[in-house]
Amino acid sequence: MTGTAENTGRAWVYGDNVDTDLLAPGAYMKGPVETMATHCLEAIDPDFATSATAGDIVVGGKNFGMGSSREQAAQVLGILGIRAVVAKSFGGIFYRNAFNLGLLALVCPDVDKIASGDALSIDPAAGKIENLTQGTVIATEPVPDHLLNIVGAGGLVPYLEKKIKGAA
Amino acid sequence: MTVQTLTLAEKIIARASGREAVRPGEIVTCAVDLAMIHDSGGPRRVKPVLERLGVGVWDSKRVVVVSDHYVPAFDAESAAILKLTRDWARDQGIENFYDQQGICHVVLPERGHLRPGMFVVGGDSHSPTGGAFGSYMFGVGATDMAGVLVTGETWIRVPETIRLRWDGALPDGVSAKDMMLKLCATLGMDGGDYQAVEYSGTTIAGLSMTERMTLSNMAAELGAQAGLIAGDETTAEYIRQAGGDPGAFVGEQGDEDAPCRVEHRFDAFALDPQVAAPHSPANSGSVLDAEKAKLDQCYIGACTGAKLNDLQMAARVLKGRKVASGTRLFVAPASTRITAQAAADGTLAALTEAGAILLPSGCGACAGYGAGVLAEAEVCISSTARNFKGRMGAKSSQVYLGSPFTVAASAVMGHIADPRDFLAEGAA
Repeated sequence: MTGTAENTGRAWVYGDNVDTDLLAPGAYMKGPVETMATHCLEAIDPDFATSATAGDIVVGGKNFGMGSSREQAAQVLGILGIRAVVAKSFGGIFYRNAFNLGLLALVCPDVDKIASGDALSIDPAAGKIENLTQGTVIATEPVPDHLLNIVGAGGLVPYLEKKIKGAA
Repeated sequence: MTVQTLTLAEKIIARASGREAVRPGEIVTCAVDLAMIHDSGGPRRVKPVLERLGVGVWDSKRVVVVSDHYVPAFDAESAAILKLTRDWARDQGIENFYDQQGICHVVLPERGHLRPGMFVVGGDSHSPTGGAFGSYMFGVGATDMAGVLVTGETWIRVPETIRLRWDGALPDGVSAKDMMLKLCATLGMDGGDYQAVEYSGTTIAGLSMTERMTLSNMAAELGAQAGLIAGDETTAEYIRQAGGDPGAFVGEQGDEDAPCRVEHRFDAFALDPQVAAPHSPANSGSVLDAEKAKLDQCYIGACTGAKLNDLQMAARVLKGRKVASGTRLFVAPASTRITAQAAADGTLAALTEAGAILLPSGCGACAGYGAGVLAEAEVCISSTARNFKGRMGAKSSQVYLGSPFTVAASAVMGHIADPRDFLAEGAA
């Protein structure tokens, strides 16, 4: 499969241990999550929230999303239009939160081969990322079936809605 | 066929999932014995989901609600969040609602809600604290929690167990917090790899429940899903004092020969007080090697560092001494019950006579909420669990982490200091 405009996004590359407090700063927790989204990652990259566009992909190193259970850390990325997060590993709670909110989180040992600004085309079902800028393909680890079902439904709430209303 | 040996985590998960045995890597659905939520990630986030689905909580007796983040209200928005929490708990018929009584991870066991063998989900990342009581307790986000509240169950990938064995007695002036900072530096913040950590050894056996809670609490900083300690007579006695029932799982341990991913061994007697430099608990090392950073603020608070034991540690250092001019010491006891106990035993007087300023019982500045946050470029040492960049206030603020002993000694000196020097001298 070749990358097309619809499934291609620009990479925003960060290092290890990007924490929930950087993604969703506590100072904005009581206000609307849309406001919080404008402060996402501002402590390490003031350009991210203003420049990220729909379909972009956030690339992290080890332990992406470590820290708090606040799911706004995943939610703000969705609000900014981020299609997926690709990282060497994830904080366990963030990983669950991402799928629950319909955001793809892909484990990829080779994120070091992605540079900021690279155009990426991701195919979670096939487990691969095509780097259109570099002309390379790297593999992602498979996503467990039950999580693909949740993300496929658009998140846990629509998934439960279908289940509950389907059973009624 | 031989019977499969099980770790403590596997025994609890097997029971919760209705199986004889489970194996690491399996994804199983577990019945939830108890769900705990707080005012920040709780009602205000789950209420719209329950309304959309047209259902209430699955069992109001198995839900505990604690208002601890926006307490006391400091503006109209935080007051509205607390009111929403109160109204929702009432509407759902939740009797176990603790309104501004302290931090959820401390209130939950304090009020007798935890016992060994339980499978518990908490709407907060420091939920592994419940592991100190032999409960398999872990943190989830609000949507995950909404799913639990609707269905009474959740999925889990059965974790491998990482055994952390500590032997020997801790030297005076060295505490569970120092053990955890040492572990963060040694294993890293992903050393737990979302598996189950299990603490054991003679050191653990000799620790009080509140010190054990510090170990389990900071399993979160190791990136573990849970931080378990098998229930023993110390656990049972705490639960009885709290008015709870220790239950039949007390004394149950993981099978000796159950496979685990790895076992790490540590000697408690050799441990120095530890200090974590900004901006990670993993930037820890001996206080002897720590920079003697000048401090604008010293903070004793949060679920990690303001339980009764923690306040008593600080009081031992501060009794008869004064907080240095040019710095400030805030103390936010982790619960109102702890405040009362600390008032009764003279601990509070020792702190306030030294110049400590008392703050309300709540999560407070630890997570950048409420009173005690930092200005740009200010430097703080804190008994809390996390010193992520900007977490406690302004983006350029700098937070060091230490034990309550170390924070207190640093408050007296106005810079980072070794508490053992103060304990050896006795009261000034």
